[in-house]
Amino acid sequence: MDNHGQTWHLDFTLNDEHRQLEIDPHITLLELLRMKLGLTGTKGACLEGECGSCTVLVDGRPMNSCLILAAQMQGREVTTIEGLAKGANLHPLQRKFIEHGAVQCGYCTPGLIMAAKDILDHNAQCTGEEFLRALEGNLCRCTGYNKILSAVRDAWRETQTE
Amino acid sequence: MKSMITLTINGQRTALEVPPSRTLLELLKGDLHLTGAKLGCGIGECGTCTVIMNGRPVNACLVLAVEADGSDIRTIEGESDGEHMSDLQQAFIDFGAIQCGFCTPGMIMSARALLMRNRNPTRDEIVEAIAGNLCRCTGYKPIIEAIEAVARARNEGGYKTSEDAHAPYVGGAAKRIDGVEKVTGSATFVHDMVLPGMLHARIKISPCASARIVHIDTGKAAAMPGVKAVLAGKDLPYKVGLYLQDKNILARDHVRYQGEMVAAVAAETEEQARAACDAISIQYDVLDPVLDVEEAFASQSRLVHEELGKYSWLKGVFFPKPGTNIAHHQKIRKGDVNDGFARASLITQYEFNNPPVQHAPMETHTAIAQAKPGGMVEITTSAQSPFTVRNLFCHTFGTPHSKVRVRVPYVGGGFGGKAGIHLEPLVYCLSKAAGGRPVKLTCRREEEFNTLPSRQGLHSVVRTGVTKDGKITALDVRYLWDAGAYADYGVNIGRAAAYSGAGPYTIPNCSIDSYVVYTNKVFGTAYRGFGHLEVLWAIERNMDLVAKRLGMDPYDFRMNNLLRTGDTTITGEPFTENHGRPDKCLEIVAKEIGWERRWKQPATRNASGRKLRGVGLAMLHKAPAMPTFTSCSVVIKFNEDASVNVLVSGVDYGQGTYTAFAQIAADELKIPMEKVHIPWDCDTDYTPYDWQTVASRLTVMGGNAIIEAARECLNQIKQMASHALRISPDYLVCENSRVHVKGQPSKGLDYKQLALGYTYPDGNSIGGPVIGHGRCIAHGLTHLHPETGQGLPALDWTYGAHAAEIEVDAETGFIEVLRIVSAFDAGKVINTQQCRSQVIGGVVQGLGSALSEKFIFDKNGCFLNATFKDYKIPTAKDIPQEMRPIFVETPYPAGPHGARGIAEHPMISVPSVIGNAFADATGIEMFEFPLDPETVYMALNYSGSTASVAGNKYVTLETPHCGRQGEP
Repeated sequence: MDNHGQTWHLDFTLNDEHRQLEIDPHITLLELLRMKLGLTGTKGACLEGECGSCTVLVDGRPMNSCLILAAQMQGREVTTIEGLAKGANLHPLQRKFIEHGAVQCGYCTPGLIMAAKDILDHNAQCTGEEFLRALEGNLCRCTGYNKILSAVRDAWRETQTE
Repeated sequence: MKSMITLTINGQRTALEVPPSRTLLELLKGDLHLTGAKLGCGIGECGTCTVIMNGRPVNACLVLAVEADGSDIRTIEGESDGEHMSDLQQAFIDFGAIQCGFCTPGMIMSARALLMRNRNPTRDEIVEAIAGNLCRCTGYKPIIEAIEAVARARNEGGYKTSEDAHAPYVGGAAKRIDGVEKVTGSATFVHDMVLPGMLHARIKISPCASARIVHIDTGKAAAMPGVKAVLAGKDLPYKVGLYLQDKNILARDHVRYQGEMVAAVAAETEEQARAACDAISIQYDVLDPVLDVEEAFASQSRLVHEELGKYSWLKGVFFPKPGTNIAHHQKIRKGDVNDGFARASLITQYEFNNPPVQHAPMETHTAIAQAKPGGMVEITTSAQSPFTVRNLFCHTFGTPHSKVRVRVPYVGGGFGGKAGIHLEPLVYCLSKAAGGRPVKLTCRREEEFNTLPSRQGLHSVVRTGVTKDGKITALDVRYLWDAGAYADYGVNIGRAAAYSGAGPYTIPNCSIDSYVVYTNKVFGTAYRGFGHLEVLWAIERNMDLVAKRLGMDPYDFRMNNLLRTGDTTITGEPFTENHGRPDKCLEIVAKEIGWERRWKQPATRNASGRKLRGVGLAMLHKAPAMPTFTSCSVVIKFNEDASVNVLVSGVDYGQGTYTAFAQIAADELKIPMEKVHIPWDCDTDYTPYDWQTVASRLTVMGGNAIIEAARECLNQIKQMASHALRISPDYLVCENSRVHVKGQPSKGLDYKQLALGYTYPDGNSIGGPVIGHGRCIAHGLTHLHPETGQGLPALDWTYGAHAAEIEVDAETGFIEVLRIVSAFDAGKVINTQQCRSQVIGGVVQGLGSALSEKFIFDKNGCFLNATFKDYKIPTAKDIPQEMRPIFVETPYPAGPHGARGIAEHPMISVPSVIGNAFADATGIEMFEFPLDPETVYMALNYSGSTASVAGNKYVTLETPHCGRQGEP
């Protein structure tokens, strides 16, 4: 509560929307998203960058939001899981996760989908190895990863052929 | 520009940065999450936000946070450690000084501030100290008693709590099971709730009573900071309505009352939403409003709903008349009225009126809705009936029921105003338009008066034929209900009040036409009594007037005509010995008020001639107004320790039903009451179906379902025990949380050994978790015949009577109620304390109707008194010196332990008894309530003696007393 009266003026883009906020300079991006903005899709599970459940895209690239200060987002573009679906239209990754049964408890799912989105957006040529590497920072205790990989591959194929 | 302030809150120093506009209440609730203090009006008129600042009680809504810099603040959260209640908290629980609980934190803080500055307060000082804290449920008396007890005990070693109830609980005075949550401020109302990412909504309302919407420009609002959604009627092509789908979510093309919602905004903050609402520009083509109900009834050209014929409605039950303003016409025909009048020796006709009024629950309507991905809809709302909200929502949007979840937590009073569906569709549409973020809309007090529905006004014409010896031969009544702009519950009130519309009397020849008429006013809905307070104003005033014309004691005239075993009601229902004893109720209240002695003396004045005293009597009756298929269900789950959770979906919004349920369940299951837990949230996803929490039906129907569910649990327990004990279940009995062999208490098993199934010593297991369900449906009801109204419309009738003694101040027009005695045939009183509380609270609410409450409109139909300053509900200073509830217990065989509904009845006929006592005191007959000081003063000073009484607001009858010759 007590931050000696210092605030940071943060000017950034969140899920395609320009936002200006007065924030405490000490808080992480994850804290900003969950506590201040009520965007609770992004999860925190280790808070030291080891599990990936807090993955969001910063300027299109996946990052552990628990390791970045919110103040570092000045002028940058942040996308969270809430920014993926357009109304009732799910993103291909979301659809494929459902179709392939890639969801169990669901706690790692938002982070995994954000990490996978990076591949879809940036890898026109993709080998199996690259899928594995892209997702290796995201821990999942339920699924055994197989179905996640097939969902991501399938979504990748669909978006590349479009 | 923010400022740094330092506060000591409940002993803890806190430093905070606050913007200059933030109130202390916003700071406490929003920044510090101390949600015990409530927002009831936001302008310092209700006291629900009372906290103690530097030793003095303040309305936290009126104090700016920066003004409080350096202050010592005490809130309800500082009153106890959460485990040990303070003396005041304990006394509030012990004295039944709590109902809905919304005013309780503020009330306790006002009382605490008094006790801090005054060691030995008198009763008057107590009343003065809480006079700024409004309570709509309790009638203040139990609150005053609780504070008095604490004050008294201070000199005697401190307040000691009263003993807890013990088995059997039914018929005892068990304390409320929700007491601790409510006195500590930890009971969470929708008002207190914040969801992650939640947006705030505001509405824009119509400034005129009738107009065509020419143009709405939302462009500027949509571009404003923080705004996420802006909606107008054109965006929402849906019709809503309970029985007649005549309403839009936001007005489309036309506005039909001043206060109607026209546009709405959802934004990041409430201030942003309000600013955006202000920026919406609307062009109206103002029309001449239809305001007078008689004019509206007669007109076929000036229609509130041109397209009435195109609406859908519940066919066979309601009969709207397209091309008119009539939303429903209910006919009751019994015998032959012409023949009845031909046999009468006196025929009288009187007209009566009453204005629309507001329920004024301390918690205004509020709802949070979220349109979730995948089509799920989640609604958290301050509604009385979660399943009705869900059902009507699904009808409007075509959503599958399984996709809609409606949650109702603690509700701060309802009284019928939160039945049905109100804000929920709009809030859902805003959430959808804002990309699925949750949206909350909390009505301001002004909107509660102006936008949300009211009690309908009523114009009655009553023609009565009587014989010389005081037997009614014919009754011909026309009721014109001033429904306002939409039908809502109004059409059903027109129906229910018609089948009750002759009072609890035997009328051989009866004709009633009850018309529900649209006008350009705020629309009507259910309000405690469901039309009966209004029709019984007409009927019970009429009984006195006719008796006096006959030269007969009104008591004898009533006794002559009351329903008795062997009679039939006006819908042809046989009156049996199981219906209850209206005659006994009348006899009791008349005796208690000293009727015989008083009636034989003329009205008394005090020495100065300024104060006039009079007594009055009035009867009342009501049965639940419900569809023929009304039902409810209950689930009882045993926990590991043989405690139980009872799942219900009828809402306890203060009336105490859950406490009655816990008593019934504990007795039936043979367990202590503290082992019965009733989760407060009703949730259509988890708790079983219940029709609606209306009509005084929940204790009766829910109580029956609980008994059935408990018996199923006991059967499961006995089945398992019969295997374990190797004996037929028929030889087993349950008592003291144990099942044992009859006559051998030591040969048995504790419930705890069976709660999740039974395990033999060798590890083999049988049975399973104990879970029982119970149901109840209204058996045997029929639709009323469309032409005659004959049929069986309702389950249990509850009869009652009031007697009152009042004193009229001839100089100020102020009426003081000295005593009011009320008797009800409750069948069986399940909880003596809760029933007493219902009566006292209901009587005081009825006194609000009788003495002060009315909507005031200007000539253009604009609402003029939408604040507690201008619309007076009773305060602690306005309660009678003596209120005495008395219960007759003629069992209703189909009710739990013989019980009947009692929640609405105390309010019914309170205006009637005051009107009758007023005539006794002054000789002036009033035909319209409220009898507020202005009206009374005018009547005392300007009414002329006249024989032509019909249609007059007040007249002096020349023969106010028995013993003198009546007018022909």
